[in-house]
Amino acid sequence: MPYLWPPPVITGTIGGVIEAAGLTKRYGSTLAVDDLSFHVEPGRVTGFLGPNGAGKSTTMRMILGLDNPTAGDVRIKGQHYRDLNRPLRTVGALLEAAWRHPGRSARNHLRWIARSNEIPQRRVDEVLELVGLTSVAKKKAGGFSLGMLQRLGIASALLGDPEVLLFDEPVNGLDPEGIHWIRQLMQALAAEGRTVFVSSHLLSEMSQTAQDLVVIGRGKLIYQGTTEDFIDRATHQSVRVRSPQLAELREALTRQGAQVDEDDGTLTVSGMDSDAIGELAFATGATLHELSPRRGSLEEAFMQLTGEAVEYHAGDHGAAPETT
Amino acid sequence: MTLLAVERIKLFSTRSPWWCAVAALVLTTGFTALVVGNADEEFPATVASTQFGYSFGLAVIMVLAALAVTTEYRFGTIRTTFQAIPNRTAALLAKTTVVALLSLVIGEIVAFASWGLSLLLQPQADLALNSTADWINVAGVGPVYAFAAVMAVAVGILVRHSAGAISLLLIYNLAVESLVSLIPNIGDDIYEWMPFNVANKFLTGAGASNAGRAAEAGAPMSTSPLSPGWALAYFAGVALVLLGIAIASARRRDA
Repeated sequence: MPYLWPPPVITGTIGGVIEAAGLTKRYGSTLAVDDLSFHVEPGRVTGFLGPNGAGKSTTMRMILGLDNPTAGDVRIKGQHYRDLNRPLRTVGALLEAAWRHPGRSARNHLRWIARSNEIPQRRVDEVLELVGLTSVAKKKAGGFSLGMLQRLGIASALLGDPEVLLFDEPVNGLDPEGIHWIRQLMQALAAEGRTVFVSSHLLSEMSQTAQDLVVIGRGKLIYQGTTEDFIDRATHQSVRVRSPQLAELREALTRQGAQVDEDDGTLTVSGMDSDAIGELAFATGATLHELSPRRGSLEEAFMQLTGEAVEYHAGDHGAAPETT
Repeated sequence: MTLLAVERIKLFSTRSPWWCAVAALVLTTGFTALVVGNADEEFPATVASTQFGYSFGLAVIMVLAALAVTTEYRFGTIRTTFQAIPNRTAALLAKTTVVALLSLVIGEIVAFASWGLSLLLQPQADLALNSTADWINVAGVGPVYAFAAVMAVAVGILVRHSAGAISLLLIYNLAVESLVSLIPNIGDDIYEWMPFNVANKFLTGAGASNAGRAAEAGAPMSTSPLSPGWALAYFAGVALVLLGIAIASARRRDA
């Protein structure tokens, strides 16, 4: 078993702009979201991270009042979404870029949305300009590429000049230029003091965009805190060890409190650096064939973490010792 | 008013309402032209005969109305709608109202176009609208289309899928009602209360608008025991109850 992650860290702050408490969504016998509590602060980009199927989109839909939670509660600035007056002026969201009528022009798509929240029609042209769709404003959205649809979705999120923005996997299917653009946009929006909550299944993407992270796996909260902290912990060091006296060495390492994982004649040791392992091997009289420190890649670490949530889910009783 | 404007923008910024309006007009007037154009002594042109084809347009209207909802589910814009207007009752009532008003207008255009075309085809026939029954038979097509559209919107909200909603509506409209009367003993009693049979009663009443033409030479008369006024109220009531059920379900379900 890989090194265990410390139990979820929930900082004590109360009063985030988005506040979820015990949020739960059950579809038949599956728990898509399981007693999820987190908060999102203004003026920062908060990443909502988890593998596909972890419950990110379901959570986003519950924030927007589209899906009803089975239990628990989520509020925006202390209010339920459905109690917001002209909600698009408070919360803008891009959940799914494909949500448009293919026969309707980009401009008309934005026109009806603007009208529904009494947003002046000139704002439609403004956001079209902002996302660079002015030249195709009168074209039917059915012929748009994925990148153009993402831009249209962002335009509709920005229509009401909202202080809270939700983006669900906004970079999916975009080219590098588009990804760069969205990253800059989100950071600029946060710098203006807005609350930006963006989901992704890629830690590497979030590590470049988000200052804070809410990480979930199998609908459960794994981590909430700063991105920096998360990466530090996620990529902590392990050492690969091969030796003909594997069993003795393993016993010695375990006795010293290191976390050891054996796989096909190789030990992966964490909680002890290579110097200490080398000395211990010498003291034990074990010959070393390999002693290589490695820093896990972000994605690898992330998979281990979320994979662990799965193991927890299955009722693994293994204790979770602090390893850093 | 805002919500009505929203639904108006949505409806008219796609092409399907225009195509449906044209289809309703062409099918209905085309059928009328065949009925009235081929009139003779045995089958004289009457006010009622100018409207025999109204159920053609009715079917098209119900397709239009169902699509107005189901395409929103198909393309996800219903979620955008509920996101913009979290009060689902208000949003769906606005949509229903706009679709019903459009259907009313299409119904009047179709009915008077059929009647006017008949005047041209049979100038010497007595097609003047000189009784309440005559007027209801022509002008009543609009309200019937409107409430049929409400039913179709309700079915669209409940079923969500275009193909499912449309087949349900058309099969019901074309087959189920008339098949009910084939059930021995109780069939006729049930049929008396089937909504489209009752709607037909509103339009044709006791057959006064078909005066001069033998009943067996016309479209089958409605078997409803209601007066035309109550018949319309009953038809509207069925539509509104269905809409109420649909909206209650949309409020509870995940979008």
